Amino acid sequence: MLTKRIIPCLDIKNGRTVKGVNFVDLRDAGDPVELAKIYSDEGADELVFLDISATEERRKTLVDLVRKVASTINIPFTVGGGISSVKDVEVLLQNGADKVSINSSAVKNPQLINDLAQKFGSQCVVVAIDAKQIDGQWIVHLVGGKVPTELNLFDWAKEVEERGAGEILFTSMDNDGTKNGFANEALARLSELVNIPIIASGGAGNIQHFVDTFLDGKADAALAASVFHFKEIEIKTLKIALKNNNIEVRI
Amino acid sequence: MKIVIINYGAGNIQSIKFAIERLGFEAVLSNDWTEIKAADRVIFPGVGEASFAMKMLIDSGLDVLIPTLKQPVLGICLGMQLMCNKSEEGNTTGLGIFDVDVIKFTPKVKVPQMGWNQIYNLKSDLFNGISENEYMYLVHSFYAPNCPEAIAKTDYEVEYASALQKDNFYGTQFHPEKSGDIGEQILANFLKLKD
Repeated sequence: MLTKRIIPCLDIKNGRTVKGVNFVDLRDAGDPVELAKIYSDEGADELVFLDISATEERRKTLVDLVRKVASTINIPFTVGGGISSVKDVEVLLQNGADKVSINSSAVKNPQLINDLAQKFGSQCVVVAIDAKQIDGQWIVHLVGGKVPTELNLFDWAKEVEERGAGEILFTSMDNDGTKNGFANEALARLSELVNIPIIASGGAGNIQHFVDTFLDGKADAALAASVFHFKEIEIKTLKIALKNNNIEVRI
Repeated sequence: MKIVIINYGAGNIQSIKFAIERLGFEAVLSNDWTEIKAADRVIFPGVGEASFAMKMLIDSGLDVLIPTLKQPVLGICLGMQLMCNKSEEGNTTGLGIFDVDVIKFTPKVKVPQMGWNQIYNLKSDLFNGISENEYMYLVHSFYAPNCPEAIAKTDYEVEYASALQKDNFYGTQFHPEKSGDIGEQILANFLKLKD
């Protein structure tokens, strides 16, 4: 059976791994290549590298880092942050990235999703969506959750699927950094609405939260950062707990 | 040993090169006929859309060369699919090495299949020392249905062929270069195959 995936996310700034609480107040959590190797050895199913400063500072994602990671680890990884063109993606894929994640650039130029899917295939196009609830509506936000758009989460998710996205990485800004669990209601709705895999992100605090997001949130994968970086949850322990809850995982 | 990764402009070939290097070998990226023909092992990668990739193969004349190769050849993912008769994706005529037609998963399941799934009914030296039901990494929307040339099977919507073999030609739908240590062992097996 296809397994549920556990995905540590390494937020990168100036070549180092960082994780912010609600995307501000960053803390340093180590060397990305070293962390990538550790996670791969511990049984992570995939990795995500997000250059979190990229969108704001208009920096391009770190190609050197991608090469180092690709030469070191033997599991798939996604790179995101500041990707805004077909050329950006070409460089990252050529240097060993398996997938790219686009966020703001997809909102500003939705045709980019079509172009990437056509040139490289849907399988490598992850559309990341940050959203939070405003007056009971899930509204898509940009620039690390700082700028609201006019877009409704569910309308946008449907559109990115139709344009050729291969996967959606949904971060609930309401849950991110709280360690109170994932936004399972919205996740379950997303999962039923679209027919591409959904990665749950934002809110992981304990093992039960992962169980809940797979069972109640119907997520295909769950992403987290600080609980892994600060060893609050060990991936091996997490996977055994998931298996004990009859959730299919790779051990 | 001379290992060539066919470079026709399709997708992430750097990962395969890195994986070969981790096994202690060097691999050359090439689209040169002479170099490919002279190699001990040929890897035929592919990521992306079938008709687009096939067009690039035809433009470089490699569609004629590949079926004539005599050394062990390993097609990975779309590479494997292009070695089949045809693909439903972009209504593409393939290289016709494997006698099977590639079709799409239906919306009964999430498409693409993305992630780790098990391989079983392993039937080839490619899987020497590999246990049944090991997990491999797969990302695909189209698949080769079960057929006599299947050397591994996987379940997703249906039981399908996740690896194929005919004579010196091997194909894996999964990515051995991205499937952890077990995947690397399959790549190592491919390099160790008897000619």
